[in-house]
Amino acid sequence: MQHLYRPAAFVSGKRGSSSTKMATLAVRRVPLGGFSFENCKRNSVLESEANKVGFSVPTARKTGTTICGVVFKDGVVLGADTRATEGMVVADKNCSKIHYISPNIYCCGAGTAADTEMTTQIISSNLELHSLSTGRLPRVATANRMLKQMLFRYQGYIGAALVLGGVDCNGPHLYSIYPHGSTDKLPYVTMGSGSLAAMAVFEDRYKPDMEEEEAKRLVRDAIAAGIFNDLGSGSNIDLCVITKGNVDYIRPHDEANKKGVRRGELEGVRLTGDYKYKRGTTAVLSKAVNPLDLELLEESVQTMDTS
Amino acid sequence: MLSAQNFGESGKMKEYHYTGPVEHRFSPYAFNGGTVLAVAGEDFAIVASDTRLSEGYSIHSRDSPKCYKLTDTTVIGCSGFHGDCLTLTKIIDARLKMYKHSNNKTMTSGAIAAMLSTILYSRRFFPYYVYNIIGGLDEQGKGAVYSFDPVGSYQRDTYKAGGSASAMLQPLLDNQIGFKNMEGVEHVPLSKDKAVQLVKDVFISAAERDVYTGDALRICIITKEGIQEQNIPLRKD
Repeated sequence: MQHLYRPAAFVSGKRGSSSTKMATLAVRRVPLGGFSFENCKRNSVLESEANKVGFSVPTARKTGTTICGVVFKDGVVLGADTRATEGMVVADKNCSKIHYISPNIYCCGAGTAADTEMTTQIISSNLELHSLSTGRLPRVATANRMLKQMLFRYQGYIGAALVLGGVDCNGPHLYSIYPHGSTDKLPYVTMGSGSLAAMAVFEDRYKPDMEEEEAKRLVRDAIAAGIFNDLGSGSNIDLCVITKGNVDYIRPHDEANKKGVRRGELEGVRLTGDYKYKRGTTAVLSKAVNPLDLELLEESVQTMDTS
Repeated sequence: MLSAQNFGESGKMKEYHYTGPVEHRFSPYAFNGGTVLAVAGEDFAIVASDTRLSEGYSIHSRDSPKCYKLTDTTVIGCSGFHGDCLTLTKIIDARLKMYKHSNNKTMTSGAIAAMLSTILYSRRFFPYYVYNIIGGLDEQGKGAVYSFDPVGSYQRDTYKAGGSASAMLQPLLDNQIGFKNMEGVEHVPLSKDKAVQLVKDVFISAAERDVYTGDALRICIITKEGIQEQNIPLRKD
């Protein structure tokens, strides 16, 4: 693992001692100039070999999402739906799209599920180390800068569209970040396939300096618009309210859609809607038991170095 | 801009060719989603469909059922491209009237199925993008289900699911109605109430996982008394 993390500077606890060693601000190897395409060649060879054998390269699962954020008087409110789709089939009915970046910064992610998950985790990790190095609470602008620089480096191939929000020493901030690396700093933003439905609600009812309850209602209604009018979004509404010194991660805030209740469950009586199978319904064609004769040859104890 | 597409199979870079102006074709078809299901019993038949009409990621209508009543004993369910569904049902209605006027009797379910097959095949080289399922009572009063492919191949079934969530519904029906993959289970004939309950439960499950299925469920129950309709709400997201 390439790293510049030097334990000695932190164990000693004295910031003065780090002046003799290089101040470690990042944990990755400083990237070489220009773009790195090391893996493109390997990927195309892998793809052609897979196709020869008859397999296709697995497609990424996208979240087909509605995510949004709004700045109100004391902070920001982030909202997201909870459906993850694979093509036009629902893969996860209750996935979590609001990711932790730091105690005062959270990030909603739309686009390729793996990309949003890993990108936010990488930046969260780097930001924590950076925060330990500076000795201060991280700023939203820093997270924004780290995310956009990483996404630009990959030229849009990382399909992560993010809504980043948080409260730091300069007040509440909200950014939208696109897969190619451009960002916008705005008082209200929406992303994902349901972004148009959510933005319609925002454009109708957004006012600057709202109260917390009003802001929560607005975000809830914007996500609900996405859930009911966009096929790629659905299930429940998650909210995250960030204020100075406090984060409310409300999951779920609103169970907008419940699974239809089957009549058998509702009336509690053994009715026609019972789909349990009796033991023995699955046919056992044959059974073979192979006892393994094992001999104990040697027993040794190896202690771990826990110092 | 370098990318994986610029490398060929062996890993060497491909030659750069200018491909010239690209022609964009107009597609005469659209996919409007929707799921249809039909079950045949001893003396009844059920045709059910969801009522959502969608296109891409949007919803056109939450109340567009896909079951169409043809005669007092036959209902057809059509899903796929809504434009072709409408035209096809208009053509079938016209042909039914023509038959009635020249033969002085209503077409039977089996006859309608045979006729639909010829109508679909007449457009073999520019097909109707419709998945049809006919449910009704045959001449003996027993339930009948006929399932079609877009170009007219059909067969008589006991139960069939068609449309966007068909792959999710069909295995469940195979198990619950056809008693497939089950050992030592008594093959009780399906009662009307049990069949209706099964259809409702199966659509609730389809609406959970298929984005094109939802909003409401329209069930048409065909018995010798006539056709009875039921509307059940489904998930709207």
